[in-house]
Amino acid sequence: MAKKSYSFYPGCSSQKAASSSNYQVSVDAMCDVLDIELNEIPDWNCCSASIGYAGGGELPRLALSARNMALSEQAHPGQDIVATCAACWLSTKETQERLHSDKDLLAETNTALAEAGLKLKNDKNVRHMVEVLIEDLGYDELGKHVKKPLEGMKIAGYVGCQTNRPFGIAGESFENPMYLDKLINTMGAEACETYEKKVSCCGGALAFSEPEKSQALIKDIIESAYDNGADMIVTPCPVCQMNTEVYQDQINAKYGTKFKMPVVYYSTLMSVAYGKNGKEAGLNGHIIPAKQLEAIAGK
Amino acid sequence: MSNYNNEMVEKFRGNFLKEVEANVEEGDWVKMCMQCGVCSGSCPLGPHWEHPPQEIFMLIRANKREEVLNSSSMWMCTSCYNCIARCPRGLPITHIMHGLATYAKRLGLAPKQQATAKFAQLFWDNLVKTGRVNELKLGLSLYFMNGIGEGIKTSLKMKDIGLGMLKTKRMSPMEMLGGHGCKDAKGLHAILKKAKEIEEAKIGIHGA
Repeated sequence: MAKKSYSFYPGCSSQKAASSSNYQVSVDAMCDVLDIELNEIPDWNCCSASIGYAGGGELPRLALSARNMALSEQAHPGQDIVATCAACWLSTKETQERLHSDKDLLAETNTALAEAGLKLKNDKNVRHMVEVLIEDLGYDELGKHVKKPLEGMKIAGYVGCQTNRPFGIAGESFENPMYLDKLINTMGAEACETYEKKVSCCGGALAFSEPEKSQALIKDIIESAYDNGADMIVTPCPVCQMNTEVYQDQINAKYGTKFKMPVVYYSTLMSVAYGKNGKEAGLNGHIIPAKQLEAIAGK
Repeated sequence: MSNYNNEMVEKFRGNFLKEVEANVEEGDWVKMCMQCGVCSGSCPLGPHWEHPPQEIFMLIRANKREEVLNSSSMWMCTSCYNCIARCPRGLPITHIMHGLATYAKRLGLAPKQQATAKFAQLFWDNLVKTGRVNELKLGLSLYFMNGIGEGIKTSLKMKDIGLGMLKTKRMSPMEMLGGHGCKDAKGLHAILKKAKEIEEAKIGIHGA
């Protein structure tokens, strides 16, 4: 397959020494194998995620994403915008759609952008990395590069919210999307078919402001993975990953559980299956080590 | 009570639905709700809402202005978009809840000690400063948002998680010294200032 190029929006949490920097490491390794070129949007800014509304209101929030899109149009004409973070993707795509359907709002946004000499045409597709993998490459192509099938591993595909709703992946249902399970199976592992917490909410940003309420949700998500015999959880979202991994000790202390469930990204799985070593796959970025993946990566 | 609140009470006297339609993001959808309750039943934090979305919509139409705007309910939205995905009438419920929360805050009616309201403002202030989120400063500002005493207690409680993040290089103390940011933060600030001006003019906030 010929090289595929995209205008890439990495997002705050993917930066060096940020909370999902290991996601970025594994995405780079995965893209290297698949011959995907990610051209970083120059001087991109934060999208304000799903919690930006209260401080920013509507137009300033839309202007944040519009600035990124305008910079992308300037630097990478003709290339789709691709994000790896669920919230980055959602905010940018939401802005793209809102400004597409409301010409007044687009004009107002452009008045604001003009303050920095920018202009938005709003003619780009905004896509999640998972869409690129499934739609532009396809499962067959993704499977061709597997050097070390993840045999014998049972994995709960935790899709979560924002890569699934309100946009989701074309052709998938909101209630039971299958793409993550298919990706898991394509890498030679076994997806937990009856994982009932697949699209449940982890609390998102409220894990910070309402920790007890959110941890009750997170507990159910992990418990269900254990009930389904999972060795680990896989997710496409940085907030899902962090919330389901880092609070396990606090949940254990509160509920008397003994959780120690690794939670990795789809790109971690793919990098390992594609023969990358542990460091390249970002495995050293996990607080709860994914020992089975480490063993395969070390072979 | 803020001046803005008094002006809006005066302007929309007795018609809260009209007020919501004019001043709240996606507010003109509220009248479309048919009270089926799917949103309330789909909400992950639903049990904690004083009034779940379905009730909020009816309270708006029943002119219960204070009851809606003083409520902590909308601040419980996790932005999971379950309600949007399932609403048979296609209401953008998540955005309406965000819009109502923002509006309550602008009027000075949002509950003062609401944790998510505070955190959301900290998050916005944090990202605006350099154009990108500084996770370390954001975390610390969250722990200390209710004062030094509680801040120290929370920091100790979160110590192990912080150490884990440090060890796996998903957090760096160097972020205290500035950290990541946009080169053209000045341009970004100018854009945001203009956007705020335009929005406030539309909903009748002047000279803020």
